[in-house]
Amino acid sequence: MAKVLMKGNEALAEAAIMAGCRHFFGYPITPQTELAAYMAKKMPKIGGVYLQAESEIAAINMVLGASAAGKRAMTSSSSPGISLKSEGISYIAGSDLPAVIVNVQRGGPGLGGIQPSQADYWQATRATGHGDFHLMVYAPSTVQEMTDLVALAFDNADKYRMPVMILSDGMLGQMMEPVELKTANATDCPIEKPWAACGHRNSRPHNVINSLYLTPQALEELVKKRYEKYEVIKKEEQMADEYLTDDADIILVAYGASSRICRTAVNTARKEGIKAGLIRPITLWPYPAKYIEKHIAHAKAFLCVEMSMGQMVDDVRLCVNGRKPVAFYGRTGGIIPAPDEVLNEIRKLTGGVK
Amino acid sequence: MAVVFQKPQALLDVPFTYCPGCTHGIIHRLVAETIDELGIEGHTVGVAPVGCSVMNYNFFACDMVQAPHGRAPAVATGLKRAIPENIVFTYQGDGDLAAIGTAETVHAAVRGENITVVFVNNAIYGMTGGQMAPTSLPNQVTQTTPYGRDTSYSGHPIRVCEMLATLEGTALAQRVSVDNVKNVQNAKKAIKKAFTYQIEKRGFSIVEVLSTCPTNWGLDAQESLQWLRDNMIPYYPLGVYKDVGGTTK
Amino acid sequence: MAKAIIDETKCKGCGLCVAACPRKILVLSPDKINSKGYRPAQVVDQSKCTGCASCAIMCPDVAITVER
Repeated sequence: MAKVLMKGNEALAEAAIMAGCRHFFGYPITPQTELAAYMAKKMPKIGGVYLQAESEIAAINMVLGASAAGKRAMTSSSSPGISLKSEGISYIAGSDLPAVIVNVQRGGPGLGGIQPSQADYWQATRATGHGDFHLMVYAPSTVQEMTDLVALAFDNADKYRMPVMILSDGMLGQMMEPVELKTANATDCPIEKPWAACGHRNSRPHNVINSLYLTPQALEELVKKRYEKYEVIKKEEQMADEYLTDDADIILVAYGASSRICRTAVNTARKEGIKAGLIRPITLWPYPAKYIEKHIAHAKAFLCVEMSMGQMVDDVRLCVNGRKPVAFYGRTGGIIPAPDEVLNEIRKLTGGVK
Repeated sequence: MAVVFQKPQALLDVPFTYCPGCTHGIIHRLVAETIDELGIEGHTVGVAPVGCSVMNYNFFACDMVQAPHGRAPAVATGLKRAIPENIVFTYQGDGDLAAIGTAETVHAAVRGENITVVFVNNAIYGMTGGQMAPTSLPNQVTQTTPYGRDTSYSGHPIRVCEMLATLEGTALAQRVSVDNVKNVQNAKKAIKKAFTYQIEKRGFSIVEVLSTCPTNWGLDAQESLQWLRDNMIPYYPLGVYKDVGGTTK
Repeated sequence: MAKAIIDETKCKGCGLCVAACPRKILVLSPDKINSKGYRPAQVVDQSKCTGCASCAIMCPDVAITVER
């Protein structure tokens, strides 16, 4: 298929439709609104459902309902809206339902700002709602990747029966880039869902979608079973992109929009003779620990760069586990770090700048 | 001899977990009888609330989804929009529907969402042990209004059917009671009508059923029915508040 | 000839059937306690039953079957 120029949010929406999503429930919030608007325009023409809910809370629960019925369902929002969706995401996880949730991050906390941010990393990877559970979290860094990852997100949501988040940001959502869309799925329900509450048609016992287990032993057993699944995911699903890491002394770790800045900084550092490289996590949960592990022996230091006060750096430190220094540089509030700022941090680690 | 009354098929053979004399069981049976009579069990999906009836997914024989507190109408919206030929109902208490879930309830009605809501109003939070509900009556003593509900401080009870009757999308808003045989029979008719309206794609239908909570009211089963008659019916008059297919009260 | 059959294992002894019966032929058992710990309702004079099903209509536990 030929490349077309598309805005990140719209490309993601189109890719979701191509992945078989016919049920989108939204609520307006900047900077994700183009995604919902695209769905509103497209869904009626292809027999799909776009519905504007009365709140982010209602939208995620409509996703819960459509997913319970066996359909590929999605919602999108931005940071404050994801906080509201947290309740529903916890129930979706606790009910073993697939769903895709897009967070086009903006600055926080509170109403924060509307400029790009990566300050929801903890929320996405640690605590999108109450209870013992995980989301799979994908972090695209280009418009192309926003489309590729949404298809993967739907496939893995169905495969593992769990919620999957696309953690994007306002910069990727708003930017335009050439993108090649993959071939569309023929159906909106590519895999069998014998568990779905779609009406038993008098041909099987009733299906129940539920997250309530009043017996502690039963709940513990179920949560443990879910964690066995998480272990499989940790083994099978880690994704990261590496750039000039093989011989690198200074390895930058950055995802999404900030990884693009880091790549430029790495190039400049190389020109200065500094052996810099970049690991770009694509899955934030499971965290791509194995990509970091293989460079611990030769790297002299790691530098984590984020558009936050330092959240993913926790995971980098967990991976490095004290074996090498881990530095952090971040801007927050909606500010995108400049390549020069990052370059300066790289220089500091080489002892070049006092 | 012929069997003239028995457990409906749409109820599984599972004992209810409700307190003795709690009229949830009667209302469950009316919903199940309706499902049987309309022959819709195979393509009906129910949505369970949070509250005493949270585990009704164990009782109804149709497919069931348990919703977060107050979100049943949103979950039902997702289920219905996903498979419009299915019949989707929610079964919710007063705290669930009229406090935490007010927005979901009102907007499902606003959209004319083609679902059926069975709303059980017993003027108290039962499961958590008897706290003030949005429908607790003025001066009603509850765990969180130990000196009686002071409306100047805690606000007034909410009349759900009257409120929803003002909305275009509401096809049926009717309040019934299960305090005696005749009222139970009327409640059944209303519930059946609400499901029938969904089959006929008329929009949002709600049946509010005045119900009891002997445990948290501190009364026995029979006294509870009398308390319902003496206190709830005067504040929450029975009747049809909106009916697109008939006369409006 | 009609018959109200009470499933004593399901009965919680709330007494709503007793109050609803127009023939006053139901009582809560004075001497029996079921597995749930309740005194189940029982029919004292089946011959007076008209099969009106008032008891079953008011039973919150769907514990009563009526034949006529």
